Amino acid sequence: MELFRIKKDIPFMRHALVFNIISFVTFALAVFFLATRGLNLSVEFTGGTLVEVNYEQAADLEKVRGALAQAGYSDFAVQNFGSSRDVLIRLPLKSGSAEEASGEQGMARQGEQVMAALEAGAPGANLRRVEFVGPQVGKELAENGALALMVVIVGIMIYLAFRFEWRFSVSAIVANLHDVVIILGFFAFFQWEFSLSVLAAVLAVLGYSVNESVVVFDRVRETFKKVRGMSTPQVLDHAITRTISRTVITHGSTQIMVLSMLIFGGETLYYFSLALTIGICFGIYSSVLVASPLVMWLGVSREQFVKPPKAKDPNVTEDGACV
Amino acid sequence: MNRYPLWKYITVAVALLIGFIYTLPNFFGEAPAVQVSSNRATLKVDAASLPRIEAILQEAQVAPDGIFVEANGIKVRLKDTDTQLKAKDALEKALNPDPANPDYVVALNLLTASPKWLTDMGALPMYLGLDLRGGVHFLLQVDMPGALQKRLDSLGADLRTLLRDKNVRHAGINRDGDRIHISFRDAQTRDKARAVIAAELAEVNLDEQGAGDNLRLVASLKPEALVKLREYAIKQNINTLHNRINELGVAEPVIAQQGADRIVVQLPGVQDTAKAKDILGRTATLEIRMVDDTPGALEGALAGRVPFGTELYTERGGSPLLVKKQVVLTGERLTDAQPGFDSQTREPAVHLTLDSAGARIFRDVTRDNVGKRMAILLIEKGKGEVVTAPVIRTEIGGGRVQISGRMTTSEANDVALLLRAGSLAAPMDIVEERTIGPSLGAENIKKGFNSTLWGFVAIAVFMIIYYQVFGLISAIALAANLLFLVALLSMLQATLTLPGIAAIALTLGMAIDANVLINERIREELRNGMPPQAAITAGYDRAFDTILDSNITTLIAGLALLIFGSGPVRGFAVVHCLGILTSIFSAVVVSRAMVNLVYGRQKKLTRVFIGQVWKPESK
Repeated sequence: MELFRIKKDIPFMRHALVFNIISFVTFALAVFFLATRGLNLSVEFTGGTLVEVNYEQAADLEKVRGALAQAGYSDFAVQNFGSSRDVLIRLPLKSGSAEEASGEQGMARQGEQVMAALEAGAPGANLRRVEFVGPQVGKELAENGALALMVVIVGIMIYLAFRFEWRFSVSAIVANLHDVVIILGFFAFFQWEFSLSVLAAVLAVLGYSVNESVVVFDRVRETFKKVRGMSTPQVLDHAITRTISRTVITHGSTQIMVLSMLIFGGETLYYFSLALTIGICFGIYSSVLVASPLVMWLGVSREQFVKPPKAKDPNVTEDGACV
Repeated sequence: MNRYPLWKYITVAVALLIGFIYTLPNFFGEAPAVQVSSNRATLKVDAASLPRIEAILQEAQVAPDGIFVEANGIKVRLKDTDTQLKAKDALEKALNPDPANPDYVVALNLLTASPKWLTDMGALPMYLGLDLRGGVHFLLQVDMPGALQKRLDSLGADLRTLLRDKNVRHAGINRDGDRIHISFRDAQTRDKARAVIAAELAEVNLDEQGAGDNLRLVASLKPEALVKLREYAIKQNINTLHNRINELGVAEPVIAQQGADRIVVQLPGVQDTAKAKDILGRTATLEIRMVDDTPGALEGALAGRVPFGTELYTERGGSPLLVKKQVVLTGERLTDAQPGFDSQTREPAVHLTLDSAGARIFRDVTRDNVGKRMAILLIEKGKGEVVTAPVIRTEIGGGRVQISGRMTTSEANDVALLLRAGSLAAPMDIVEERTIGPSLGAENIKKGFNSTLWGFVAIAVFMIIYYQVFGLISAIALAANLLFLVALLSMLQATLTLPGIAAIALTLGMAIDANVLINERIREELRNGMPPQAAITAGYDRAFDTILDSNITTLIAGLALLIFGSGPVRGFAVVHCLGILTSIFSAVVVSRAMVNLVYGRQKKLTRVFIGQVWKPESK
């Protein structure tokens, strides 16, 4: 079986402008939603309490809300989690007293207080999980997350700079940052919960899809060196066409695994695999159709790969100067 | 030419064998067990306690499946949960005749059910995180500023006492933030004070300030002293937590320092968070009171007539003791307790250090009560216990108290520990809490396992259909990758969490990339008309650079997560990074070994089964 029966190089670069406009619009939309709606940060980042309970029968959310309101809670969120019998309750940090030491201790007791309130108003709840994160810890997690993102970007940039010349590394990093922003844009638009594991997924996918650009660029360099008489867009088309089957198959296999997590992994892994799915899809798109046009606009050309005559490289023949 | 030297085949075979052995324990599951450990520092549960435990079990007609002596106690493996409960009850009853004052911790536990020879090799199943086995996780923040304030307050009092004792006249001692200002009227007195303080208080840094008749000495703690204070506060708190958690009867508690001023407490299997928090947050207090040794009073109290203003206690040795209700000193005045030896008699002793106010009270009390006994009590949950009741031999000043006599070295250790355990060095706050129910844990394992399994099956099926023999080889290499990864995790005993399982799945999904690269490259070479043997060599060689590239970028992301991540992210990152390393080996070396075994020997290889190699007709 052979999925990709491509006779000639596909003229991707002819439509480069169109792709770039599409990317730019998506990117702008993502930024817009990030700015207007913001991310729905999980308890891990904001601090607060999260209680997951399980009922024998389908839970009556109104009753749960009533019970909590009765107990004096005001700014809480109650929702189903996975099934109609599982209920997730989110409580924000208590303002004011949160700074005090006794306040923190009080916060940590919210799990029990919630259970007591439910016992009174909506009995039959089974405690499945409590997560409490203090304000300080939440802030640190958010800072560390941002730091991790920075380190990944800088690390990859340094690596690419060693590996290629600057035009390639700039395009690759721009293309992949565009992915990251778009994933975040999705999370902002749908107000999906952005948790630590989603952040892990975003970073993992960043590292993963950069190599897609690396593969394409490797081919570009190889083609520039080996084949003469092709224009830059032709070289790019050739490189992309030659690697497209590999790109689609590897991403497809990774996606199979992620899909399996999306289906079987339950609620806890849901957003994690969702972030990966978006990341993988846009990873294919961006490394092929964003990074390559960018390289072209940045003015890559054959001369950059064929060493100038005065270099002491033994591979360069005397007449191999320039074309 | 596609042949590996023998040593390469042997390396691959050995790696697979080791991987298999260390993965094996994960398949045997866990068996119920009872764990017996000591609740006292003086009591050791080791091989010597084995006959006693065996005898108790025999008496209760419980046949153990295996008994293991470990560093932290003895574990008895049992057939099922019924016998487990029976064994626990029997052991509890026999070992702790007084339930209110337990000597041993008898806890339910789970032990790997793998055969003994595996356990002897150090092959253990993966260590499951709390989100997979259920339990409570606390992150406690030690209030270091609070500890520092406390220390500075007592330092101020110390300075006051010291200067008064040495007859140095100062014009006032005030605390200002982290410093203590001592005012003087003239330079001469200041110099004298400086010399006195430098000689007596080694941990204090002194600076001179002011001019004219408003001269000041500014005392602050030396950086070394601050570091020591921090370390001491953390160590002491961890110690105290250990003692308290033992009471909960948790099989394998984790109590560890995290960062400079945080302590992680993980209690697998504990569901009752309210009780756990109660015990963690409890403040035990230490009290020093006088013993009532009026003739006849003790006999009367034993007969039921306890005199007014006294209480009846039992000494640790077992003899009764009548203690006055009036408290002389509380544990707040105690700054340290260390085991040691009497400088003259070389007897084991416990050295106590009191702060200056405590020292003054102590001096007065001892002066008035030479020849009498004082009792040191540990009050917990409103219940008192006499730690020790020494006789006062002489007036004791200076705040350094030594308790000695009729003590063994280990008893001295024990008393010192108890005295220190009495209170936390610094207050603590819970800054993070996670409780995971046991059913959720089991569900998480199932979900993680299922997603990995079905994802793997789907990928394997696709690879075999698309690349035929090479696809099969790739799928086997991927299975080998999974084997190595699980073996490595079992060997390192790294904690496996649900994000960790997700990382296993994701790593497998990404690892197949290498084999796709190789197979596509081989196809391409075949398409260009290369003979099969050459195409295989070229495919593997050319793809290797790209494989390395792709793994390096992924590894950069993984390492960043490992360094900056915490909690769930770290669990993900550890597995992700390990998975990248194993995938390079399995995708390149293991799959190549298999390809070489299948095709490498055939000299006149005309076709390989790598699926249809489509050639454009125009070429």
